[in-house]
Formats: sequence, structure tokens, C-alpha cells
Amino acid sequence: MTTPVLSESQTLLCAASLLIAPLACAGLALINSGLGRARSAAHTMTAAMCAIAVAACVYVVCGRSWQGFAGEAARTLTIGGKSWNWIGAVPPFLSGISFDGSPALLAAWMGMIAVGLASLIPLGTGSERWRLASICTSTAVLAGWTFPLFAHWAWGGGWLAQLGVNYGLGAGFVDVGGSGTIHVVGGLTALTTAWLLGSRRGKFGFDGMPAAIPGHNGVYILFGSLLALVGWTGLNAAGALLFAGVLPGRLALIAINTLLGAASGALGAAAMTRVRFGKPDSSLTANGWLGGLVAVSATCAFLPPAAAILIGLAAGALVALCVELFELHLDIDDPGGSISAHAVGGIWGLLAGGALGRFPGGNSGQVLAQVVGVATLLGFVLPMTYGLNWLIDRFQGHRVAPDAERQGMDLAELGAGAYPEFVTHTDDFMQR
Amino acid sequence: MATPSPRFNPIRPAGFLLLFTGWVLVLSALVLLPNPSARAGFTAAGVGVELLGLVLVVRSHIAPKPERH
Repeated sequence: MTTPVLSESQTLLCAASLLIAPLACAGLALINSGLGRARSAAHTMTAAMCAIAVAACVYVVCGRSWQGFAGEAARTLTIGGKSWNWIGAVPPFLSGISFDGSPALLAAWMGMIAVGLASLIPLGTGSERWRLASICTSTAVLAGWTFPLFAHWAWGGGWLAQLGVNYGLGAGFVDVGGSGTIHVVGGLTALTTAWLLGSRRGKFGFDGMPAAIPGHNGVYILFGSLLALVGWTGLNAAGALLFAGVLPGRLALIAINTLLGAASGALGAAAMTRVRFGKPDSSLTANGWLGGLVAVSATCAFLPPAAAILIGLAAGALVALCVELFELHLDIDDPGGSISAHAVGGIWGLLAGGALGRFPGGNSGQVLAQVVGVATLLGFVLPMTYGLNWLIDRFQGHRVAPDAERQGMDLAELGAGAYPEFVTHTDDFMQR
Repeated sequence: MATPSPRFNPIRPAGFLLLFTGWVLVLSALVLLPNPSARAGFTAAGVGVELLGLVLVVRSHIAPKPERH
């Protein structure tokens, strides 16, 4: 596979898109903080900052060398007469890259932002009970191994990207904006975190019914969602230029589809909660907005706008239903709704995008290529990330002590609260 | 200190094994079956095995009612 070449205008547009992409991380951090309780708000934001810091450093140290870029050195296996490119083999610390605006350099920059975003997804799920030290270790594993491995397969010219060339499956696995690479990988890590941590104290009563623990700041949640849209548009545009080779003329379509996905996702979730609960729920509407963004990201460069609306609407409704299903029937305590918005929304987007997209080389076999990608996420990434996080839990311990959980994460882990001038009452935290 | 967890549930590793086995079936379909319809059918079977594994893993994490926090 040859290294893609970007024109000067493509390079400038890609760099401009990447400049705004970190706003997606800022938005997600605000959403996670708003969906938690006030006594853990500072901890949630500090954890977000630490996770982004650890992810960026570990990615540069070793993650980027596993991920690589199309056309760079990689390890391959020959199976059935076909070459299976399974892991990158470029030098660590970004050595070997020329710092002249080359596509490989831009891809490394995008990888740093993408892995930071992926590392924030489990934080929403583990909110209010996950130790800061364990968050950093889990993020290091995600940024140093899990994310780069799948990113190499999908973005770095790996075997998933070559399904079209090797086996005639459309354009190969298409994941322009990272629905699978960022969001499903992060969402499945969030799922394993929820399983290993267990629920927050007081979440489930002795009768098994979940108690409502509302987030402490709806404005953070909704503003974070709006901020995420800006960053997401940049991330999708940069991904399309780098990994799908689209021309600058397509960027308007990418921005339109990204906005349509978010908008229809929010409407789908608002309508679903209006039907089920009598009133639209603001935090689930925000989760629907995110779910729509996640879902359209996979094929945003190749979707007709009508398809983007359809995918977003279904994603929003699906996210609202899954949040309820996970909490009521599967005992999964996910305060941020991360598993529903990112894992479920991402899987839906990968499959629906493959069916409804209009791809350059034709659509024949595209759905099968997307199914193979989703099967890899469920059959390989999920068991691997569960095993790695289980090991971290055995050796380091994920969960804070019960007393610290009662006290609140801000005081227990940081020694100071986010809102020191406010008097808070903690009767919502009585043991049932 | 590790998070206190419910007693060992043998269904859990079995579920993860099925997840991985389903993925191997999907890969085998790609390598071994050139016929598109046979490949699609075999892939669907692999995904079915994965879903079965996912159901087992999810069910193994649902605690009996008295053990809930």
C-alpha cells in the first residue's frame, strides 16, 4: 500500500480541521462532569485532564509506532496467498517522521487527539467510583496498545482497510471519522469498566430497582454537546482527508452530514423520551445528540444527507432505549450514558453507513466489510480490553474505598471540592 | 486493593471464548470461502456465535438480587 499524498490545500484544510478537533474532548469532559454529582465534579474534570495527558504522551512514546500510517513499515503475515498487515513497525517517539506537514505527521497529530477522545469515554461510565491512579493506568493501556492496534487495522493500511483490495469487499472497512476506532473501542472499554467497577453505592436498592441519581449541571451537559459538534466536525474532516483521500470539495458535505447526524440524533432521543416518559429528557437528548454524531462519523464523507438524517434519528432513539435497558435490566450503572452513545451508536453507524453510503468503488461487499470490522471489535477488542482491565484491577484496584465514595471523590482523592462556597446536602446518598 | 467482585462465574470465560471463536469463524470465512454467498453465510454464523457469547458475558455480570450494592 502506498503512502497517500496530500495537495497543499488538503494539507492546510487538514491542519485547520485538527486545530478545532480538541473541542470534542472539551465537550465530552463537560458532559461527563455535568452528568455526575457536584461532590465529584472537580475529580471528573481532573481525571479528564490526566487521561488526555497520559494518552497523548503514551501515544507518542509507543502507540503511534504500533499504529503507523498507510505505506509505512509494518509487520505482515501471508495467509491464503494474501498479505495480512497486522501491526505497524515504525520507530517510537515520532522519530522517522519528517516535520514538514507530511500526511504521516498529520495522522500522528490526529491520532493524539483521537486517543484523547477515546480515553474520555470510559470516564463517563466510571464516574464517582473510579480511582485516579487506576484511570491513568487504564488510559495508558488504551493509548499504548488497544487503540493503536485497531487504528492500524482501520486507518493505518491494516488488514481491515485492505479487505477491498484483498477480498473484493467494497472499499474495505470504512471508518472515516472514527465511529469504530475511537468510539466503539472507547465504548467497549467503558463497558468493561462498568462490569469491573460495579454500580455506585445506593444505585440499586435491595429490591433491584435502580434509583435515579441526576447529574448536577444540565448546562454543562448541553453546552458540552454543542462544543463537541465543533470538534467532531474537525475530526471528521481531517479523517476524511487523511484516511479516505477525499478532495476538499467534499468538506461541506462532511460538515452538513455531521450537523445532520447530531440534530437528528437529538430529535430522535427527544421524541423517544417524550413518548416513553411524557416529557423530553434533557440529558438523554444530549446523549442522543452524541449518539447521532458518533453514528454518522463512520461514513460521513459518503452519505447522502437524507441517509445522515435517517442514521442519526435511529441512533438517537436507540441510545435513549439502551440507556434504560442497560440500567433497568442489565444492572449496568453508566452515569454518562457512554456505552449507549459511543459503543451502540458506533456499531449502528458502521453497519448503517455501509448499507446507505455511496462509495467511490461501488457498494458491492461494503456491508460485509463493515460486519467484519464490527465482529473484530466485539470478538477481539472486547475480550482483550476486559482482560487487560481485569489485570489492572487485580494489581492496582479500580474502585475507591466505600468511605471515600460516601465522602465524594473531590474530597477523598483531591482534598478539595469543585464548589467550595456552596453548602451541599448529602442525604441523597444514604445507604438503602 | 482489587474491586470486590461476586464469586467466580464459569459462564463468563465461556462467553468470552465464544466471542473470540465467533471472530475466528468470521476470519476463516474470509480466507477459506471465495464464493460470496457462502462467505456471507459463514460470516453471519460467526457473528451469531459472537452474539451468543455476548449474551453469556452480559448475563454473567448480572448479580443475584441480595448481592447488589
